[in-house]
Amino acid sequence: MPIEKIWVLAEHADGGPSSTTLELLTEARSMGTTVEAVAWGPATSELAGTFGDYGASTVYDVGDIGDALPGVSVAAAAAALITSGNAPDVFLLPATFDGRDIAGRLSARLDIPVLTNVVGLAVDGDTVLSQHANFGGTQVATARFTGGRPWLFVVRPKTFAAEPAGSGPAQVQAAAVPSDLGALNTAKVLERHVEERTGPKLDEAAVVVAGGRGIGSADDFAMVEELAKLLNGAAGATRAIVDAGWVPFSYQVGQTGKTVKPTLYIACGISGATQHLVGMKDAKSIVAINKDQDAPIFSISDLGIVGDVHQVVPKLIEALKARG
Amino acid sequence: MNVVVCVKQIPDPAAPGSLDPSTHNLVRGGKLILDDSDSYGVEMGLQLAEQAGGGEVTLVSMAPAGETSGLRTALAMGAAKAILVSDDTLAGSDALSTAKVLAKAIERAQPDLVLAATESTDGYTGTLPVQLAELLGMPSITFAKKVLISDGTVRVERQTEAGYDDVECPLPAVVTVTSGVVEPRYPSFKGIMAAKSKPLEQLAVSDLGLTSDAVGAAGARQEVTGVSAAADRQAGEKVVDEGDAHEHIVRFIEQLKLA
Repeated sequence: MPIEKIWVLAEHADGGPSSTTLELLTEARSMGTTVEAVAWGPATSELAGTFGDYGASTVYDVGDIGDALPGVSVAAAAAALITSGNAPDVFLLPATFDGRDIAGRLSARLDIPVLTNVVGLAVDGDTVLSQHANFGGTQVATARFTGGRPWLFVVRPKTFAAEPAGSGPAQVQAAAVPSDLGALNTAKVLERHVEERTGPKLDEAAVVVAGGRGIGSADDFAMVEELAKLLNGAAGATRAIVDAGWVPFSYQVGQTGKTVKPTLYIACGISGATQHLVGMKDAKSIVAINKDQDAPIFSISDLGIVGDVHQVVPKLIEALKARG
Repeated sequence: MNVVVCVKQIPDPAAPGSLDPSTHNLVRGGKLILDDSDSYGVEMGLQLAEQAGGGEVTLVSMAPAGETSGLRTALAMGAAKAILVSDDTLAGSDALSTAKVLAKAIERAQPDLVLAATESTDGYTGTLPVQLAELLGMPSITFAKKVLISDGTVRVERQTEAGYDDVECPLPAVVTVTSGVVEPRYPSFKGIMAAKSKPLEQLAVSDLGLTSDAVGAAGARQEVTGVSAAADRQAGEKVVDEGDAHEHIVRFIEQLKLA
């Protein structure tokens, strides 16, 4: 049975689609003949033009889910579509907070497995081969489903490049959340907090300057921020210093944080745990500053400085300021 | 307040793992240890049970060959007992079939709250806790960076792309905690000694009312078709700082011609 219909979980906020949504729609076009989006939120229909432009012929609109978490309600709505005879061959979901929740809920609800952490996809006849980066990206495993469809793939951000297809707006079709969810759907959002950040977004910045344990203390993170600002970049962090409470989670680069692919990544006092490398190893160029000459980060760095960040970074900041 | 904490016993991440090129299974060498990510759930469970003024923490784990060393670590931290599912037919299980096994084991403990890490350190699929919640018929809140319990309700600060949300749901529920949410205690000598005699129930797949075709490689309905080394990124120039290393960085940045 050929691969024909591909679904994409389309996330959007503040009137625009997430960049991963556009990446997945673009990839979906090359995989099948029909691309359809599944989305939720009060303003989904306003994005029918954008989703269509990237290849979706239909967008299933789950609508406003109010204060419910998307995991249960969107998965249940998608499951209802699938079991009513409208199943896709493949369903691509982004590896985001809600994308993973929806994939997990849908998988258990329909009793179908899910492949996660996908970093590459290829249609091979009637099957789909997915690539997975293991052990911090040192090994790539290729996998495929052997059971029935739909096949669920949770794909890491920035795996594919987004390209518009120039096609017309998607047709909007309502997809209802089943009313019999009972206890499952009792989690409610009481309040949403936005952690304000200045400068470019971490996962979109051309330059990322990140700090790890080696920067010494929460106060010393200021030099990472200053260097990032000087280079019109964004400041990032390792899980270790986010866990230690030095900076908020929104700074985290790595497996559990953001995946970044900047032109330049400057790693300050970062040893290079696999957890971190998986989120930044595809940067175009990497500069690392670390006291330990055997730190794993040096093995993927284009320029490695064996030295103390407290010496090197302030001098670098002064030199860049002097350069103007 | 009875809390189940799902824990995974994994090969020591300090010794990097790999997949066997011929069998595509995880190469396991040496003793398994408690996944560091799970020590936060164990600590959170202990604190919540203490705050509730009663109840206990039960560990639930699935591991090959009756492996218990990681469970003993968590028991030494203060968990009251452990349920271990170990069975040869479980080899090759994926996240969903593991969730089916854990759900059956958890039902036996009848918890008010199920805690798990957001993802394991070695497999990091990150879908198992929600699959578990769906199978248990419970609500779930993932990515908790703060957890409070009061009057049969759990209230969580849940990480989001933009910041965090305050989310609430009635118990019983599944909550996944991020690393760093609490400071895990070190097992005391007394705790380590006490752990040796704490109840540790070992179950097989048949004890859970599951059939072998629903779990293991048969239940996974997926296969690894190949494993290859990732394209190596070449290490470039390495400079030992003698007071002028920043100049190397400035030159490097200049040749990038950043806009």
